Formats: sequence, C-alpha cells, structure tokens
Amino acid sequence: MILITIYPLYFCLIASFSDPIELSMNPGAILLPFTPFTLSAYRKVINHSLFVSGFRNTIYVVVVGTLINMALTIISAYVLSRKGLMLNRVLTFFIIFTMYFSGGLIPGYLNVRSLGMINSLWALILPGAISTYNLIIMRTAFKGVPDALSESAQIDGARHFTVMSRILMPVCLPTIAVLVLYYAVGHWNAWFGASIFLQDATKHPIQLVMRNILISANASEMIGDIGGEDKARYVELIKYALIIVSTVPVLVLYPFLQKYFVKGVMVGSVKE
Amino acid sequence: MAVEGRTKNLQLKKHSNSFGSRLHKDLRKNYDAYLLILPALLFYILFCYKPMAGAVIAFKDYIPAKGIWGSPWAGLKHFEAFFGSYYFQRLLLNTVVISLVSLVIGFPAPIVFALLLNEVRNMKFKRTVQTITYMPHFISLVVVCSLIRIFTMDTGVIVQLLALFGFEPVSLLTKSRYFVPVYVLSDIWQHIGWGSILYLSALSSIDPTHYEAAVIDGAGRWKQTLHVTLPGISSTIIIMFILRAGSIMNVGFEKIILLYNEGIYETSDVISTFVYRKGLEQFQWSYSGAVGLFNSIINFVIVIIVNKISRRVSETSLW
Repeated sequence: MILITIYPLYFCLIASFSDPIELSMNPGAILLPFTPFTLSAYRKVINHSLFVSGFRNTIYVVVVGTLINMALTIISAYVLSRKGLMLNRVLTFFIIFTMYFSGGLIPGYLNVRSLGMINSLWALILPGAISTYNLIIMRTAFKGVPDALSESAQIDGARHFTVMSRILMPVCLPTIAVLVLYYAVGHWNAWFGASIFLQDATKHPIQLVMRNILISANASEMIGDIGGEDKARYVELIKYALIIVSTVPVLVLYPFLQKYFVKGVMVGSVKE
Repeated sequence: MAVEGRTKNLQLKKHSNSFGSRLHKDLRKNYDAYLLILPALLFYILFCYKPMAGAVIAFKDYIPAKGIWGSPWAGLKHFEAFFGSYYFQRLLLNTVVISLVSLVIGFPAPIVFALLLNEVRNMKFKRTVQTITYMPHFISLVVVCSLIRIFTMDTGVIVQLLALFGFEPVSLLTKSRYFVPVYVLSDIWQHIGWGSILYLSALSSIDPTHYEAAVIDGAGRWKQTLHVTLPGISSTIIIMFILRAGSIMNVGFEKIILLYNEGIYETSDVISTFVYRKGLEQFQWSYSGAVGLFNSIINFVIVIIVNKISRRVSETSLW
C-alpha cells in the first residue's frame, strides 16, 4: 500500500521539480542559490521586439484559427451525425481515411506553396483546419442527442442549419467548450508549421521565437549590451525567464480548465 | 376506375425505389445539410487529398519550375537510391528502435499509473496528484525540450544526480547512446498523467461485483488485477494500442528535431527527420518525397495489420 502511494508522489515530485528550480534560478545566477533578486532578465525578454510580435502572432492564430476550426468541425460533425443522409457513410470514410494515410511532409509543403500561402499566417490556420480526431469527438456528442429533439424541430419546419444551431449546439455546449480548448492549446503550442512556412521573423508565433532562442542558442541579440563573462550567465537567465513567461499563461489557466479537458477525453472515448 | 388508378400509382412507386431515385430524393430533401458540409469537404480535398496526389513526386524528378505534373518521370529511381543508401539501415533501425522502445515502455506506463492511482483511497491526494501530473501534457514541446536540454547539460540537475551514482558527467544530448532513454523517459514524464485519464475512466466502469466474486474465490490483490482489472479495461487498451500503432513510423518527429544535433544522428535520426532535412533543408524534393511516401505506406500497412489482428483476437477494433 505504501509503495503504491509513494509512486504517485515520486512522479509528482518530478513534475513539480522543474518549476521551483527555474523560479529560484530566474532572479538569481545559475548555480549559486539566491543572489540578489533581479528582474532585469524579465525586462529584457518582455521588451524584445520579436517576443512582442511573437505573442501577437500567436494570439491572432489562436483566435482566428480556433474560430475556423470550430465552425468547420461543428458543421461537419453535425452533418455526419444525421441518420437519414445517404451519403454519410461515404463521406465518413472519405474523411476518416485521411487519419491513416497522408501525402507526407514534402507534398504537404509543396501544396501550401502552390496555394500561395508561404509566408502568410494562413499557412498556420488552413492546412490543419479540421482535426479529424476532434471531428469524431464532436460527432459522437451530436449522435448522443436523442433523435426526438431534432425530429420534432424538423416537423416544425426547421432546416438543418437551424436544428444544428438552435438545438444541438446548446445541448452539446460542454463538448464544444472542450474542443475549443483542444484547438486553442494546439495553436498556442505550435511551432513547426511556422518554421517551414514563415520566412519573415516578425510573423513568427511565440513558440517559434522561443525555439530559435532556446534551442538554436541565439540569445545574444537580446543581451548585446552586457559584456564578457557575464554574458554567458545572462544567456541562461534569459532562457529561464523566457520559459517562465511563456508557460505562465498555460499554467495559470490550466487548473481552471482542467475539468473540461478531462471531460473531453471521456466523451472522446465513448464508442458509438 | 378509382381502383385502377390506385394500383397504377402503387406500381409507379415500386419502380421509383431504385438507388438512383432514393439518392435523388435524399439530395433534394437534405440539400442544405450537404451544402453545410461542402466547405469541410473542400478542406479535405484541398489539404489532404491533393497532397496525396502530389505524393507522385516520389516517382518523378521534380523540377520546381515545371511543377509536379510537368516534371519528367523517374520511376523507382529514388526508392532504389534510398534503399541502397548508406543511411537506409540506420534510419530504419532508429525509427523502429525508438518506436518500439516508446511502445514497450511508454505505452504501459499510463496504464500502470492509472492502476496505481485507482488504489489511492484519499480523494484529495488523488486529485492533487492528477492535477499536477496532467499539467506537463499542456506545456509546449518547445518548452519541454528546452527544459530537457537544460537539465541534461553536464551542469544540469539530472546529470548531477546521476553522477552521484557513478554515472559519467557529460551532456546527455551529445552522446548517441543516451538519446533514446532521454527521449522515451521525457515522453513518459510529459504524458503519463494525461494518458492515464482514459484508463482511469475505464477502470471506474468495471463492475465491482467481479472483484467481490474474485475475493470470494480467494484471489489476492495481484490475482485480482490480473483476472478482473486487466480484462475489464482490455478493450480500451486495445483501441489505444491501435491508435498508437497508427503513428509508429511518425515517431515524435517534432520532438526529435528539437532535441537532436548532428553529433547524435546515429541514434536519433529517423525516417521522418531525414525527409525533413533532405526536402526542406537540402531541397532534394523528389528524393525526400519518395522516402516520405515510403514512410506513409508502411504506416498505413501497419495500421491495417494491427486492426485485422485485433479483430481476430478480440472483438474490439477501430472499425
């Protein structure tokens, strides 16, 4: 019993370990604990122009992207969940097939290029506009609504759009909320699409900006005015500050949204 | 007279029950629904099926100026080049090794975690653990990989700790042999909590009377787990396994790119990262397209096989 209860604790410790280290490292120097508390690293990070533009780009993609995601997902899920439509089986197969086979990275890239979306933020929004996985979750939710509701509306003369928007959507609001979160988080954390499609650094979303600094070790531009040996230390500091600053939004919102996320997984797991 | 008219009508109705006319009726009745789904279909055609057709680039010698369709055919040239190349074995090996290790160690981890969590009686503790362990799943890959890099440096926490046990104090990501452990273990750290949600909910749906029956038959904790719990969640496990099999060949592509460097290509370079480098960094479009296609096909075949096997072995399958 004891062993069993210690195990989760062990994992917890690892999970929380990462943060305290940074928190204590951030204001101070790297290996020495708690030298004078400075916010200068933070100040540098926040004032850096790419950081600001990164945030702006990410927020744009998150908002516009998620809206388009949801619109397309809800509509398609609605149609695919209707029993009477003859083409549904074909359409469903058509869509689900794409989950298992794709053209690959190169054709995907060339396709975006042929559509003229290179160096446009649309390249981050359109190619992944519908996540088939999320689509299935939504469809399952719609299917779970008793037919009586939609049928009575149709008897009263409602067309499909009305049935969808006035009846099914309000009923499935929790699932919709979950999918909004899934899509939003997906956009927030995305970096790869931007790295291959966006040449303009000012269009980079925040994760890509971070990747360039943290992983390609290019922090020197940020700290140009500090000299010599301090520079190396500062680079580390900036990295930590950057990590904290960009993860904080997620960590802060997370506890509140956790309920919904968990629910989403449950809905997704129910077999039809 | 009236009777004749009625019978004629009935005959007409029977005639018009063919597939074509039913479809026609359906289209007329539900045209607005089909209209609604049109944009989505457009999306799939444009961004999923069109690239699929573009995969034909693998069989051509792509010249950017001529476009995919204007470029000359090259037959299986690129495939031959790939299979015969110096890197082929290494890539295949790494892809398979990383996939399998991830599977063997990473797949059961959330299940075990869920089983353990399920035993915890203290609700508050359980909830705290859940909240904390779910969190890493939402941290972006870029951040996670930066953390990994920071901690596995020779001055980082992990290496320092390991050094206490006699481990050599080197930056883990500079040595080929440490890549797979770093990759797999960090994966587990990030996803074990979130991955366990599904299993936890499956566990809670197991009928408690099964446990009671087992206890009556004299089964201890371990036997109970073996004979009641595991069979009870077996269908969930199988479905998750099939879904996982679907990404075997696409093995953590983004994560590997964020973690690897030229020095450790030996164990970290996989087929998908190779495609990325050859295609988007070195612009060998047709060649990398061929490798990519190879990757997709193998992936697809694996999914089909796994699904067929599971359908044979149990009743659960994806379709």
